[in-house]
Amino acid sequence: MVFAILQRLAQMVFVMVGISMLVFLIFFATPGVDPAARIAGRNASPEVLEAVRISFGFDQPFYIQYLTMMQKIFVTGDLTSFVNRGWKVVPAVLDTIPVTLSLVFGAAVLWVVFSVIIGVVAAACRDRWPDKLLMILGLIGISMPVYWLGEVMNLLTQSRFKDTWFLGWVPPLGYVPFSESPKGWFLALVIPWITLSILYIGLYARVLRASITEALQEDYIRTARAKGLSETRILLVHALRTSLIAFVTLFGLDFGALVGGSALLTEVVFGLQGVGKLTYDALQNLDLPVIMTTVLYASFFVVMANAVVDVVYILLDPRVRSA
Amino acid sequence: MILSVRDLKVSFNTEAGLVRVLDGVSFDVAEGEILGIVGESGSGKTVTMLAVMALIADLNARIEGSIRFRGRELVGLPAREIRQLRGRDMAMIFQDPMTALTPVYTIGWQIAEQVLAHRKVTRRAAWDRAIDLLAEVGIPRPEEAVHRYPHQLSGGMRQRAVIAMALTCNPALLVADEPTTALDVTVQAQILDLLRNLQAKHGSAIVFITHDLGVMAELADRIMVMYAGRIVERAPADALFADPRHPYTLALLDSIPPLEGPRPHRLQAIEGAPPSPLFRPRGCAFAPRCRSAFAACAQVPALRGAGHEVACHLEPGT
Amino acid sequence: MAALSVFVLILVCCALAPVYASWAGVDPFRSTLDAVIIVNGVEQPVMELPKTGLALGFSPIGPTWQPGNYFLGADNQGRDVMARLLYGGLNSITIAGIATILTLAFATLLGLVAGFYGGLADTIISRVLDVLWAFPVYLLAISLSVVMITQGIRLGPVEIDSGSLALPIFIIGLIYIPYVARPVRGQVMSLRQSDFVMAAIGLGASPGRILRKDILPNVSTTLIVFVPIMLALNMLTESALSFLSIGVQPPNASWGTIIQDGQSLLYTRPWVALAPGIMIVLSVLSLNVFGDGLRDALDPKSRVKLGRG
Repeated sequence: MVFAILQRLAQMVFVMVGISMLVFLIFFATPGVDPAARIAGRNASPEVLEAVRISFGFDQPFYIQYLTMMQKIFVTGDLTSFVNRGWKVVPAVLDTIPVTLSLVFGAAVLWVVFSVIIGVVAAACRDRWPDKLLMILGLIGISMPVYWLGEVMNLLTQSRFKDTWFLGWVPPLGYVPFSESPKGWFLALVIPWITLSILYIGLYARVLRASITEALQEDYIRTARAKGLSETRILLVHALRTSLIAFVTLFGLDFGALVGGSALLTEVVFGLQGVGKLTYDALQNLDLPVIMTTVLYASFFVVMANAVVDVVYILLDPRVRSA
Repeated sequence: MILSVRDLKVSFNTEAGLVRVLDGVSFDVAEGEILGIVGESGSGKTVTMLAVMALIADLNARIEGSIRFRGRELVGLPAREIRQLRGRDMAMIFQDPMTALTPVYTIGWQIAEQVLAHRKVTRRAAWDRAIDLLAEVGIPRPEEAVHRYPHQLSGGMRQRAVIAMALTCNPALLVADEPTTALDVTVQAQILDLLRNLQAKHGSAIVFITHDLGVMAELADRIMVMYAGRIVERAPADALFADPRHPYTLALLDSIPPLEGPRPHRLQAIEGAPPSPLFRPRGCAFAPRCRSAFAACAQVPALRGAGHEVACHLEPGT
Repeated sequence: MAALSVFVLILVCCALAPVYASWAGVDPFRSTLDAVIIVNGVEQPVMELPKTGLALGFSPIGPTWQPGNYFLGADNQGRDVMARLLYGGLNSITIAGIATILTLAFATLLGLVAGFYGGLADTIISRVLDVLWAFPVYLLAISLSVVMITQGIRLGPVEIDSGSLALPIFIIGLIYIPYVARPVRGQVMSLRQSDFVMAAIGLGASPGRILRKDILPNVSTTLIVFVPIMLALNMLTESALSFLSIGVQPPNASWGTIIQDGQSLLYTRPWVALAPGIMIVLSVLSLNVFGDGLRDALDPKSRVKLGRG
């Protein structure tokens, strides 16, 4: 087991190095034009271009450039923006991380809780109308672009039903730090959490239902019935427990997709000043150092989260655990 | 009588219409006896006992007739009450020990779960009971084995664990559905020995399902031969082996190499295949494969006789 | 099948975008701030002057619900939203379609080489795919787009303009390769070890023949199951990138860019953002339903998972 975990961690490091090289290649070695011109932003003066060249070591060989970039982003953290002259990028990114973490973990909690509930309910009444209804709703959830759903939510909560009793509690768009007001933090994030998790609730409820239904065909379920256990216990303790293994593996992958994709879009729509919104703003004025930093930080976070999930998986499945 | 089954019929609603897999099966099981049910795959032997255990979960299944367990009618009994009987008064061992245990829990956990489902005892007591049971079925070092996961045990050990689980509450009726088919030959003999010893010790009645007449000869008090959803012959074990009457039983016995005497030149196989439940012949279901078939076989023969019962028109008195 | 016909219907409607635009007499790619239309016999400017003194700028006309006459109203630049919706749909579906073909073609090639030949080729391809797989797709797409949309891309003689639709197609096609290549590789590997391929090798069949006769037919089922799923996924990805302004570039339209145009008008003219969103949901939903059915019919063991957006 210890070996399996160490192996997984080694793989994580390998993937991180791979991603950082890939990012480096994309930003500095894409065929086309001078990377310095890209980094300097639109209409940069020759002096700025020269400053960029020196700062990133473009007269040096590639591997030096790579190491310089990694050092600026992860070690010294003194990467500066040239679009906003002299703005230190790394501290700015670090400042926005709590917002993004609040968003993604809250959404992940909703996602897991509701997809398990819906998946179990649908599997319990499989092939009857509650199952069919839930599965169609799930499919609709999967088919909605998250940023559009966010706009619809905004339209309802910020404009059309702003002053009604059932949506009147929704605060104006924006983030409230937890340390400032836990209640404000919670209220500000409720709608973004729901928006962000709906897609994954739909997806996972369907995955879980399929996997529980499959588990219910297994021999050990017949054994459990022969033991005289109740249907509820068979469903939750035997079928759901074995299905969770598949659930957790997928969760690792999709949590990454959520952090690196949907969360960014959700932050933009709800005006939450997180890593995603920072990236979006940088995209609007083509501030490449910011984008490089957020892309690297976010993807490293995702890779680490995946590794953690896989370790949980190793702990969860005795067949892997003893191997 | 611990179990009385009368005119049991099981049918499934399928796309091809209502398919009857079990067609009027009646039998009794006495306290402490070992009843063997023999038949090819699809003869309805497993379905019969699944119906008794109320384990046919398919929503399209229809079960008619009467199943009395210690005089109590099980057909139509609420699921809740059947559940209390299952695992406590009647238990079942399945064919494939590789898949019969939930892969994510330890053996001990799964046995303790059954103890807790039927007895008001502490977790600790249930766990101790699991260790005792594992010792009883001959698993070495049971206090370590309780912590093992199913995949960490060999097939024979797993089947022992399944048997231990079935014995948790000393059931009055134990159904064993081909418990040795999936195992190595040497392990098969051990498991059969184990079942015989346990039966002698606890006195449970055992219904033993198999397609292997050799296994039957070693174990069963009475034998019931099934073909295409009906009983074709039923007799005490020695009587059946000494004087098989139904052409199907005869053919089955011919397909086993004899232990004594000269080796036969070649073993007799039964020609043809058992009919699918979708296309069963109108009369005697065995008639198309029977060498002695004649005009009367267009009618379904009744199971008749005293002590040694046969369902065949060749029997005297027809 | 009903689901497939919904998608085909959407596709046909979008393909008729130029017909609609010329019939309605509008140019969906040019701002027309001074246009005046007649609604119920009353002349109305497409861009209304603010009614209160405090409001800034113009506000575009809302939906008239009259076909060919600013049916869904106008956007910030006075352009007919309905016409843009159809053109945008055409772009969205085209990009998703070509990107799907690209993904499947490259993924099959990589999967076949890695799975069939194994060894060093497999190690290299698998490691690269591992890295790409672990790289969140949107972050990869953002990195690629932001580099390319600044100045376009020059690869030897090939030069792609920064506003070209080829850029989003290329990016979307590229990022999903591991999603298809990994299952294909796995399938090829297990086929490679299957009894019938062993038998074919034993009979002296050439690798090319085995690939063509034994492996490709089996893999193609998986690929077919992937088509609607990838289309749906690509449409969602394209719209998201366009919404982030790194997909389809103005003045060209896609459903994602129209939603972005509508963002500033959300509370006053919600239909600008609502309509393209509904179109995306309908298209993606119909593709997902169709894909589900197709998978149940062709691949009961479900190697292919429903896409994530």
